Amino acid sequence: MKTTTQTQEWTYAREETQDSGSERLFLNMGPSHPATHGVLRLMLELDGDRVVKCDPVIGYLHRGDEKIAENMTYNQFIPYTDRLDYLAPLHNNVTYVLAVEQLAKLQVPPRCQAIRVMCCELARISSHLLGLGAYGMDAGAMSIFLYTFTQREHLYTLFEKLTGARFTTSYTRVGGLTRDIPPGWLEAVSAFLDQFIPALDEIEGLLTRNKIWLERTENIGIISREDALAYGLTGPNLRASGVDLDLRRDKPYSGYEQYDFDVPIGTKGDAYDRYLVRMEEMRQSVRILRQVIKTFPPGPWYAEEARKIFAPPKAKVLTSMEELIQNFMLVTTGPQIPPGQVYFEAENPKGALGFFIVSKGGGVPYRLKIRGPSFSTLSILPKLVPGHMMTDITVILGSLDFVMGECDR
Amino acid sequence: MTIAFYNALKAQFPGLKQDMGQDMPVLEVLPKDYRALFEFLKTVHGYDMLMDLTAVDWGLHSADWPGTTRFSLAVHLFSSTQKSYLRVISSIQESTQHPSLSALYPAANWHEREAFDMFGISFQGHPDLKRILMWDGYPYHPLLKDFPLAGIETDLPAADVAEATKATVIAAPMMGGPFRASGQGAASQTPSSQAEPQALDESWTESRPKPSCLKL
Repeated sequence: MKTTTQTQEWTYAREETQDSGSERLFLNMGPSHPATHGVLRLMLELDGDRVVKCDPVIGYLHRGDEKIAENMTYNQFIPYTDRLDYLAPLHNNVTYVLAVEQLAKLQVPPRCQAIRVMCCELARISSHLLGLGAYGMDAGAMSIFLYTFTQREHLYTLFEKLTGARFTTSYTRVGGLTRDIPPGWLEAVSAFLDQFIPALDEIEGLLTRNKIWLERTENIGIISREDALAYGLTGPNLRASGVDLDLRRDKPYSGYEQYDFDVPIGTKGDAYDRYLVRMEEMRQSVRILRQVIKTFPPGPWYAEEARKIFAPPKAKVLTSMEELIQNFMLVTTGPQIPPGQVYFEAENPKGALGFFIVSKGGGVPYRLKIRGPSFSTLSILPKLVPGHMMTDITVILGSLDFVMGECDR
Repeated sequence: MTIAFYNALKAQFPGLKQDMGQDMPVLEVLPKDYRALFEFLKTVHGYDMLMDLTAVDWGLHSADWPGTTRFSLAVHLFSSTQKSYLRVISSIQESTQHPSLSALYPAANWHEREAFDMFGISFQGHPDLKRILMWDGYPYHPLLKDFPLAGIETDLPAADVAEATKATVIAAPMMGGPFRASGQGAASQTPSSQAEPQALDESWTESRPKPSCLKL
């Protein structure tokens, strides 16, 4: 495992154990390893096949998003939010604009809220499907990946119809959206949901009572309730440890209080519980989506009165002087947000994604801090991994379902 | 935040200031009470989750304004039982050693490392205060307001590779993009790849020249 870029501390650690006469293997896992889901690097100390010490090294995907945010207008930053949790870009878009809107004390119309809820839940299904596919593959269940990616393909088609992009959606704007839903989109979502539940049953049939799957995941990576809270775990990882906390229900935003859904929680907090919680969450997302489609409100899809925040429709910009000026000011100076400080968190697929925005007024944030849920999730690894077998690491990493984009920012 | 809760806190920590923020209650604590306040909030009031810990840099010239310090620490707590948020802010100077919360909230460990990495704030009693997002040996703190957006040329992280290749980490070329670069346009003599990108806030303007300490 000797590489040219071996760090100094690594060498020290090796010398120390050689002095004490024990036989330890120092193993470097990542940053380019298929099971590390991106560019996570683990420095492992092994005693035989058992992990004694695990030291995660992050930062390989650090792009300085927070520095960049301080230098551009609020709307210009939306494409950067796509690249935080890049498996659920639509949800990041929504969370970010909700934070800015809270700072601006802006309320968007019900139709806009409903579209955003649909974005969030479709993104959640998409993210959980990928998480599940990769998790299965890490544990050796290769075929799951094919089933989940077939479903994700349907979702990407829906995203493309809605936003014009399959992956980096940049769909929301402060005070609204880039566009209304296209004709026939709700029916297309309905059709997707109708075929999705049987497909999910099929995936569950492959895994949930599968002897090999149970052997690989049960009692592996147990996170106690206390540890989960102490390390700031959120989302499905926290709920799998038995903490009944879901921001959609407990701190409702974007009209989530109108919809009826259950919050699944685990009992043991092992890798199998995390799998079960995500499976049930997808079903609950389908339930929410069906309610939104049933009660889909008419009316405007952006905050019409927010003239200093949301750009008017293009047709008006091209025909009316006032709207032309309004559009010009918004493009050059950005949406005008009052001074203040806001911290807003929403229930993203990976956990609570938070934005802390300090504004001195005007179109540019003075400081924008991103609280990526995966950052906190990974901070538990030094405590969680030791004691497990080397081969269990891939299962633990898969079950935590993190993404380095929002960890390193 | 209820009145009773605030009074209980105020009796314990006389220097405490309270404010109803537009998103959550805000407590401003003196640096000397910082650690004790969190212990009180966690054990007595059930704020059991530390969601986020970060700093805000008020700029090189912030000391010119009365009553302002260089940094504010902002900590966001959440109570999983009462489902409520709380923001605690503390104004600190560059030089002050700040107590670490990582023994109380293990979640603070990485967040404090990030604040150290990005702002150079050191936390007393932190078990392993080293860089987290930038590499070990990186000489700057990039989220400081006086650090340029394009970055500064530095050595490669791996000394042996740097020696063999004679390469360095170069600053980002700031052509195009959403940043305002000075010297852009046909009339300008400076090629845009060499123009200094300007932050859109008040720093790095003609009236406030870039600080010379960075030696670009």
